[in-house]
Amino acid sequence: MAGTGAGYDLSVTTFSPDGRVFQVEYAGKAVENSGTTLAICCKDGVVFAAEKFLLSKMLVHGTAKRIFPVHRRAGMSIAGMVADARQIVSRARSEATQFMNAYCEEIPPELLAERLGLFMHAYTLYWSVRPFGCTALLGCVDEETKKPSLFCIEPNGMVYKYTATAEGKGKQAAKTEIEKVLANNPELTCEQALMLVAKIIHKVHDEKDKDFELEISWICPASNYEHAQVPVEQRKAAEAEAERILEAEQEDD
Amino acid sequence: MMDFMAQRPVGQEFVRHVEDGCPYRADDVMKPEQAVSTGTTLVVAEFDGGVVMCADTRTSTGQYCANRASRKISKVHDRIFVCRSGSAADTQALTSFVLHYLGQHAVELGKQPTVNTAANLFKIMAYNNKDHLLAGLIVAGYDDKKGGQIYSIPLGGTRVRVPYAADGSGSGYIKGFMDANYRPGMSKAECLEFVQKATALAISRDGSSGGMVRSLVITKDKVEEAVIEGNKLPVDL
Repeated sequence: MAGTGAGYDLSVTTFSPDGRVFQVEYAGKAVENSGTTLAICCKDGVVFAAEKFLLSKMLVHGTAKRIFPVHRRAGMSIAGMVADARQIVSRARSEATQFMNAYCEEIPPELLAERLGLFMHAYTLYWSVRPFGCTALLGCVDEETKKPSLFCIEPNGMVYKYTATAEGKGKQAAKTEIEKVLANNPELTCEQALMLVAKIIHKVHDEKDKDFELEISWICPASNYEHAQVPVEQRKAAEAEAERILEAEQEDD
Repeated sequence: MMDFMAQRPVGQEFVRHVEDGCPYRADDVMKPEQAVSTGTTLVVAEFDGGVVMCADTRTSTGQYCANRASRKISKVHDRIFVCRSGSAADTQALTSFVLHYLGQHAVELGKQPTVNTAANLFKIMAYNNKDHLLAGLIVAGYDDKKGGQIYSIPLGGTRVRVPYAADGSGSGYIKGFMDANYRPGMSKAECLEFVQKATALAISRDGSSGGMVRSLVITKDKVEEAVIEGNKLPVDL
């Protein structure tokens, strides 16, 4: 084994000879296998969308969610192992309430994201635990200024701030689509984004995969700047319109 | 105990007005109260663009006046101060804890903390240790979120935001005066005069308040400290 470089992928406490920690990279793979999720910072808020595979025809619609509320004005969308991600959600909620109890102000999004980064990172340091197999997209709207912000927290503990991003299977295609959308309309509002994100998720969905349910939530004026599921009727309308446009585009090709 | 009272703001933002011939040193190195100070008068009021804080300077140990030039207004951050009444030991201890926590919080935040936050930290400690403390506090200051603010934290550890407040043994003599004469939206000069007069009136009636009238005007741009000596108080009784 010695000299081959093999055998260094079993523990997070051992570097490989070329300076990598394989277990953390494998955690990243767990994220890449998951359904696509995306989030966009619009002019007036944040929109989240997730492609949730339906494991069974009998699964009740609107359950086994992949987008979670963190506090009144913050939400989190998950790519990867949802069971792992629930720990992150739970931690985010307690960080938010603890901050509120101590300082009587809402936790700044930057700080919340950074603390979750530290939390994820701690699980890449000890042999007794494994890294989280998930990436979280954290979106917030500031209580006073109504300024939206979006962060991506990765299994290795890195935190990135984005205007828009995507994670999961279709992340490359989804990011390209989002870039096009934002290039055409930098002043995009959440209401306008609804149909566009539905279209992106439908477009990047791989036909070979199982059927999926589209999950969309937002924090915007329509939800009184609180994190909320997009109303079913509105979601269905956006989805129908998106599918109609996609079909028309395919016929053109 | 850390001598936080000796801390002074640096730079031009801090303006001190000490009248000529003032018998106390301009750099006032007098130690804060070293004994119980149940007798006090504290008056604080909001005006257009900031707050004015005012306090007498008597610290007593029973009948004996332990310090006749003490400072009962302490700094907890650049634009946040607290008026202390009750046990000097207790209120000093609380102040130094909040000073510490708020300093850490400000570093983490990367900007000025809010008065609301400072008041909440005081409240947490005043409430959680209410059985062991004798502390009446008025936290006041300026922040960009809500402007000038005053929070009163009386004995049990409640926290209330108020437009003006008075505390200490002398406060009972002047609450009527304040209710009758306070107006929202006063100018800085009007408010300072109002608050200094209220404090002077309390000093004239309350045996446990006395000495000078120290005041602090906190606005967005600066903190101004002033003092009126005991023989020049704005009351004629």
